[in-house]
Amino acid sequence: MQELVNIFVKSIFMENMVFAYFLGMCSFLAVSKSVKTATGLGIAVIFVLVITLPVNYLIYKYVLLPGALSWLSPQFADLDLSFLSFIIFIAVVASITQLVEMVVEKFTPALYSSLGIFLPLIAVNCAILGGSLFMQERGYETLGQATTFALGSGVGWFLAIVSLAAIREKLKYSNIPAPLRGLGITFIVVGLMGIAFMSFMGIKL
Amino acid sequence: MNKKIFTEPLFKGNPITVLVLGICSALAVTTKLEPAIVMAISVTIVTGFSSFIISLIRNTIPNRIRIIVQLVVVAMLVILVDQILKAYSYEVSKQLSVFVGLIITNCIIMGRIEAFALGNKPFPSLIDGLANGFGYGIILVVVAFVREFFGSGTLLGIQIIPLNWYLKNGGFYENNGLMILPPMALILIGLIIWVQRSISKDLIEK
Repeated sequence: MQELVNIFVKSIFMENMVFAYFLGMCSFLAVSKSVKTATGLGIAVIFVLVITLPVNYLIYKYVLLPGALSWLSPQFADLDLSFLSFIIFIAVVASITQLVEMVVEKFTPALYSSLGIFLPLIAVNCAILGGSLFMQERGYETLGQATTFALGSGVGWFLAIVSLAAIREKLKYSNIPAPLRGLGITFIVVGLMGIAFMSFMGIKL
Repeated sequence: MNKKIFTEPLFKGNPITVLVLGICSALAVTTKLEPAIVMAISVTIVTGFSSFIISLIRNTIPNRIRIIVQLVVVAMLVILVDQILKAYSYEVSKQLSVFVGLIITNCIIMGRIEAFALGNKPFPSLIDGLANGFGYGIILVVVAFVREFFGSGTLLGIQIIPLNWYLKNGGFYENNGLMILPPMALILIGLIIWVQRSISKDLIEK
C-alpha cells in the first residue's frame, strides 16, 4: 500500500508529465487559454490514461515481453515481440479513445458535451503514449502499480494545465513587450512553473 | 514552388516557434548536443517519408479511418528508426529512451500529413516533410548548443571551456547548473520566439 502511495505522489509532483518530461505539450499550450476548457481536457486525459495504461500493461505483460506468450503454448517460450510495442500501444490508445468517445456519447450525454471535443485530440497526446512507454521502461510489477502510475500522472497533468490556464487568464491584463506576447511569454511562464515544481525533487520517497 | 515549400518552414513557418507543433518530444533531449542532432535527423526522416507515403496513398484512404492509417504508417517508420538506432548507436538510443517512441505522437508529423500531404502530390509532400524536420532540427540544435555549452562546458562531449578556468582548479569559472534543468529548455525557446518576432514583426500576436 505504501508503495502505491509513493508511486502516486511521485508521479504527480516529482515526475510530473509536463514539467519533468514535457509530455503533452502541444495540447497543453493550445488548450490552456481558459480555465474551463483546461479543466475539461485535464479530466479527459486522466480518464483516458487510467483506461489505456492498464490495458497496455496487460498486453505488454502477456503478449509482447520475451517469452510472454508461453501461456498459449510452450513453443512460444523464446518469442520476443517487444519491438512491436510502439505500434501496438498507439493502436490501443487510438482505438480506446474512439471507444470511450462512443461509450460516453451513448450513456452520459452530459459528460460527452463537456469532454467530447477533447477526446479525438487525446489520441495524439504524447502524455498518453508516454505513460505507456514509461510503464514499459520502468517495469512496473503489478497491475495496481501501473494503474496508480496512470492516475498519478493524469492528476499531475491536470494540475499543470489548470494552473497554467489560470495564470494565462491573469496575463491578459499585463503589459508584455509586443514580440513576447502570446506564445513567447507562455513558454517562459511554463519554464518558471517547472522551476517551481523542481522544489519537489528534494523529497525522498 | 518547391523552393518556397522548402524555405518556408525554416524561419517564417517554423514548426516549433510559429506553428507550436512537436514540442512534446523535443525539449527533454536538448541537454546535450549529440542526442539532439540524432533526434533531429530521426524526426526529419520520419516526417519526410510519412508525408511521402501518405501522399502516395492519399486517394485510397477512407476519410473516417485516416487517423489510424496515418498512425500505423508513422509507427512503422518509427519502429524502423528505433531498431536502426539500437543497432548502430546504442548509447544515444539509451539516452533518448522513450522519446524515440514518442516521435509517433509528435504533432509535426500528424500536422504536416493533415495539412499538406493529404492534398498534395508525393514529391512536394516529401520536400515539405523534410523541410519541417529541418526547421524543427534547427531549433533543437540551437537550444542544445546553448544548454550544453553553458551547462556542461562541452560541445558534442568535447571540453570547450579550458579546465584550468574552473573554480575547483583555481580559476574563476563555474558551469551554470540551471541550464541542465528541464525548465531552461522552455525559457530558451521563449527567448528564441522573442528574438524571431522582433525580427519579423508580422508574426506578433495581437
